[in-house]
Amino acid sequence: MGRYIIRRILWGIVLLILVSALTFILFYVFPAGNPAILRAGRNANQQDIAYITKELGLNKPIYTQFFDYMKNIFLHFDFGFSYYSQEPVLSLITNRLPATLSLTIGAVVLWVIAGIPVGIISAIKRGTFFDRAAMGIALTFVSMPVFWLALIVLYLFASDIGRFPILPGANAYVGLTVNPLKWFESLILPWIVLAATQAAIYSRLLRGNLLEVMGEDYIRTARAKGLPERRVIWRHGVRSAITPVVTVLGLDIGALLGGAVLTETVFSIHGIGLLNYNAILESDFPIVQGTVLLAAMFIIVANIVVDIGYAYLDPRVHYS
Amino acid sequence: MSEPLLSVEQLRVSFETDDGIVHAVDGVSYQVEIGKTLGIVGESGSGKSVSSLTTLGLTRGPRTRIDGRMVFGGRDLVALPDAELRRVRGNEIAMIFQDPLSSLHPFYRVGWQLIEAVLAHRKVSKSAARARAIELLELVGIPDPQRRVDQYPHEFSGGMRQRAMIAMALVNEPQLLIADEPTTALDVTVQAQILALLNDLQKRLGMAIIIITHDLGVVAEIADEIAVMYAGRIVEYATTQEIFSSPQHPYTWGLLRSIPRLDIPRGEELVPIAGRPPSLINRPSGCYFHPRCPYVQDEHRRIDPQREPLADAPGHTVACLLAPEVRTRIWRGLASGQTPAELRHLASAGSAGSPLSTTSAAGTSQRDRLANSGE
Repeated sequence: MGRYIIRRILWGIVLLILVSALTFILFYVFPAGNPAILRAGRNANQQDIAYITKELGLNKPIYTQFFDYMKNIFLHFDFGFSYYSQEPVLSLITNRLPATLSLTIGAVVLWVIAGIPVGIISAIKRGTFFDRAAMGIALTFVSMPVFWLALIVLYLFASDIGRFPILPGANAYVGLTVNPLKWFESLILPWIVLAATQAAIYSRLLRGNLLEVMGEDYIRTARAKGLPERRVIWRHGVRSAITPVVTVLGLDIGALLGGAVLTETVFSIHGIGLLNYNAILESDFPIVQGTVLLAAMFIIVANIVVDIGYAYLDPRVHYS
Repeated sequence: MSEPLLSVEQLRVSFETDDGIVHAVDGVSYQVEIGKTLGIVGESGSGKSVSSLTTLGLTRGPRTRIDGRMVFGGRDLVALPDAELRRVRGNEIAMIFQDPLSSLHPFYRVGWQLIEAVLAHRKVSKSAARARAIELLELVGIPDPQRRVDQYPHEFSGGMRQRAMIAMALVNEPQLLIADEPTTALDVTVQAQILALLNDLQKRLGMAIIIITHDLGVVAEIADEIAVMYAGRIVEYATTQEIFSSPQHPYTWGLLRSIPRLDIPRGEELVPIAGRPPSLINRPSGCYFHPRCPYVQDEHRRIDPQREPLADAPGHTVACLLAPEVRTRIWRGLASGQTPAELRHLASAGSAGSPLSTTSAAGTSQRDRLANSGE
């Protein structure tokens, strides 16, 4: 197992280098704009631009730029500086991470609490009014784009522009350490928006899994043993049906930690997603590179954690 | 005759599906005596599994209709409420299934699953239940049960898994064990071991067994009586000895001729029954077996035969429209190596001869019914 984990981590690092290289190439082939011109401002002359180009290392060949970037990361854990603010990318990211973490964790809790029971009850009461209604609502939420749902929610409930102004809307986020109550209030709407689609997906996934599992031979065995139906469902059915859901959950958390771009943008939550979004608009390449690396890292780590977790959930799985 | 342990009377089970109503079990009656073994034989789709699953209430559901009676220990299992039937399941009546790998939960240790079965019906401590689990694993011949009890099903071989399933079924000392194709998923050598184990356990524990199989060779070794099922009905019912010495139904003949045998020359060993089992939604008219019967006569397409006792062996019942002496002659011919095609003329001769001269109870009553139906 230890060997397996080490091997996976090493492969993860290789993958991260490849992701960086790909980002470099994409920006080189499809430049969003010349960073030096953007950096120099409106009234810059040729000399200024040439100076800035040299300063930022943009005159070097792309492979040299990439090598320098990698060298700084591996030797100094230095992810470069923003072209605009000159702030270190690493500190920009660490400043933004708490907001993204808050958004992700709250949404995950919400969609797990909502999606899993609904999925289980729907499967057990298959074909009933509850099942039909729940799956109908789930289908609606699955079909809604997040940014659209976010705008609708703001239009309805935001304290500044809403028809029923009951909760803080966009640009209301404050850090947990600054004011816990306001932190909580400001995140309620974003949590709901982010969780709605996911809760719908999870309830449908779990319902499908559980229906399939309840047809397995070992469920028949459990019933033939004379176990109470409640125990058959929970200890034998749900135990099996939840395993793939846990896998998807791990991957979803990994993906969200890299930044919920749409939700953060609509609600102006200054997290990783919004940082990345703005950096792309401004051609602030070091920030794009840093946030992409971070997102890739979260996904790789989530994959490793999920695979290791799977060996604990399913005793048939062994790694060597 | 003593009171039977289980008495099934006119059991009917049908499932409502999108394609129509599936008549899985259609008026089945049989009895199981204390400590005896009944073999239920038939192809897949003959209703043999459904009738047994119904004993435990495992076919109950919103789209299932169950009629008839299944009297066990003075209670009618068909009418018993779910909660009371649950106390019978795995306690007084236990069941083992075809594929022991898929029938054990892959995520739980074998011991855990046995302990759960004990605790479902007994108020004992967990350690007592564990001791009982180990005791049972030892009883069914699993070596090193102290260690095996903590292993997962996938760490067991196929035969060991089925032994573990048997241990789990027997953990509460049931009076009746239902074995649904217990050897089908196993290697031939392991099959023999499992059958020998069931035989041995029956002698030691005195339980009755219903063994369900498509293989007459399996029941030959273990059953006292055999019920041959076809399309949801029992078409022939007799002692094992009778079924093998003087089988009466063309379907039984087909099953017997499809058993691999060492005393028959290579090349003629296996004779499959032509055709497929009928749809249980739109069942054939008349005798359900007529579309596949080599000896079919015109009237067999109209008359629905009832199971009736033989004149010389009242315990042996058969649902066949052929006259008893014709059946005897055909079986003699088949047993001596003749083919159904060579013997077909016997059936029409018997029918064309003088129909009303057949003196058996079966022959007369079937013909009376035809006369009464106005055909």
